[in-house]
Amino acid sequence: MLEIKDISVQFASNHSVQAVENVNLCVKEKEKVVIVGETGSGKSILLLAILGLLPQNAMVTGEVLFEGRNLLNLKRKEWDQIRGKKISYVPQGSGNGMNPLMNVGFQVGEPLLEHRQTTKKEAFQKSIELLKKFHIGSEEIMAKQYPHTYSGGMRQRAMIAMGISAGAHIILADEPTKGLDEKRVAMVAESFQMLEDETILCVTHDLNFAKKIAQSISVMYAANQVEYAAAEEVLNHPLHPYTQDMIAAMPENGLKVSKGFAIPHGQYAQGGCRYAPRCRMCKERCMIQQPPMINCRGHKVRCWNYAD
Amino acid sequence: MLIRADKITKKYKSRRGDKKPFYALKNVSLEIEQGQTIGLLGESGSGKSTLGQIIVGLARADSGEIYYHDKKIAFPLKGEQRKKIQILFQHPEVSFNPMLPLKKSMEEPYRVCKKECSKQRLIEDIEKFGLHEEHLERRPGELSGGELQRAALARILVMEPEIIVLDEPTSMLDVITQAQIVQFLKEYQQRYETSYLFITHDRVLAEQICNQIYEIHEGKMI
Repeated sequence: MLEIKDISVQFASNHSVQAVENVNLCVKEKEKVVIVGETGSGKSILLLAILGLLPQNAMVTGEVLFEGRNLLNLKRKEWDQIRGKKISYVPQGSGNGMNPLMNVGFQVGEPLLEHRQTTKKEAFQKSIELLKKFHIGSEEIMAKQYPHTYSGGMRQRAMIAMGISAGAHIILADEPTKGLDEKRVAMVAESFQMLEDETILCVTHDLNFAKKIAQSISVMYAANQVEYAAAEEVLNHPLHPYTQDMIAAMPENGLKVSKGFAIPHGQYAQGGCRYAPRCRMCKERCMIQQPPMINCRGHKVRCWNYAD
Repeated sequence: MLIRADKITKKYKSRRGDKKPFYALKNVSLEIEQGQTIGLLGESGSGKSTLGQIIVGLARADSGEIYYHDKKIAFPLKGEQRKKIQILFQHPEVSFNPMLPLKKSMEEPYRVCKKECSKQRLIEDIEKFGLHEEHLERRPGELSGGELQRAALARILVMEPEIIVLDEPTSMLDVITQAQIVQFLKEYQQRYETSYLFITHDRVLAEQICNQIYEIHEGKMI
């Protein structure tokens, strides 16, 4: 349904920064794909690149194939027919996506006015239905309330409702659980689980949340995609050392500490594997030559240890 | 007993204009002994951060007392107390002046403690946390959340605190950085017998690292 081929993003500033490098993803219809990785690994930039929302100084190469077209070549008018209508975006930070001066009901229904040419009244009715679907509670009243009266978790669920209101079947969500507590994370996860017919591409650093919703997981580290496989495989039998370290560091697995601290952007060894300086399994070759994506036991993994 | 909070109540004027005040905390008590990690577990809005702020003297309780080494402490904290009772915030950027390079911010605690501060000393402080000399020249906006949180922790430790209130210090960080910070805190505690009040909403994390856990719900201990 959505095929991402060799996407790279480079920012042209005084020191050009490679934010995303050769990422490949294939999101099938009704599939839930989650991209995990630490802050600054390029996962949010990837989402924005797919949507064509990056600033002018970003150079995006590769292909995003959707309905037989490459989204990266679309003109602004053509985008208007896709964004919100076919592909919708739930931005990071539950408060950021809403206008504080308009009530939530109007905002949830707004995509309908834009893309489906309904009347305001119909849109408002539809948004009450949607808020009900996401269990906001006393929906008729809450629809007339403004975003600040909503809690973080409620706002996040209202944002997801807004995302699907115009009937978009692909939802790209950026860190939908950031800063929410366990109970609210569970609520957001439940909202996603309810969307059985929608295709979801979601970015997060919360592995427990990924576990709840993902069918496939792609792990990113320092602009690179390092592992890509079915969710169960990645979580239960991780291959890449970074994925292994990440899973071992989870509180339920005993907070095992891996070697070295995260390295800031732009300071990775040139040529070699990005994770090499922190890797337990690092070999000489890893420092010199960057590994390609290797197919191994149903995983795609970027690590020399699986080359043979 | 290092810290004892006794029947702390904190109320706000109700937001909806009715006469009943809103209680952020109602008769909450807790005890922290030296060298222990005490967990304070609750959902958002349960009042856990308010209690943390009252203990470090950033907010005034409406009733109830805080005892430090069995002596009542007054609001605001004074002198030695202010150095020995420290807090690490969820969002590290709030504890740094956005206009100053990290070096200037890192020098502050030395000035407050009237300790001698050399560049070499600062570098040693931050190197424990995987930061380097070049980071000292950057402004907070040029550091990642994880780097800034590590710098904030390094800055606090200059004061040689007896207790650190950790207000969700890792909830914005990835799991690997979280494990590293927790590991460091554990080792530091073993060496210096520091106490921690670990405020979190993550039950699994709290169970992993705390000697004792208090649970708070809508301003009351449960």
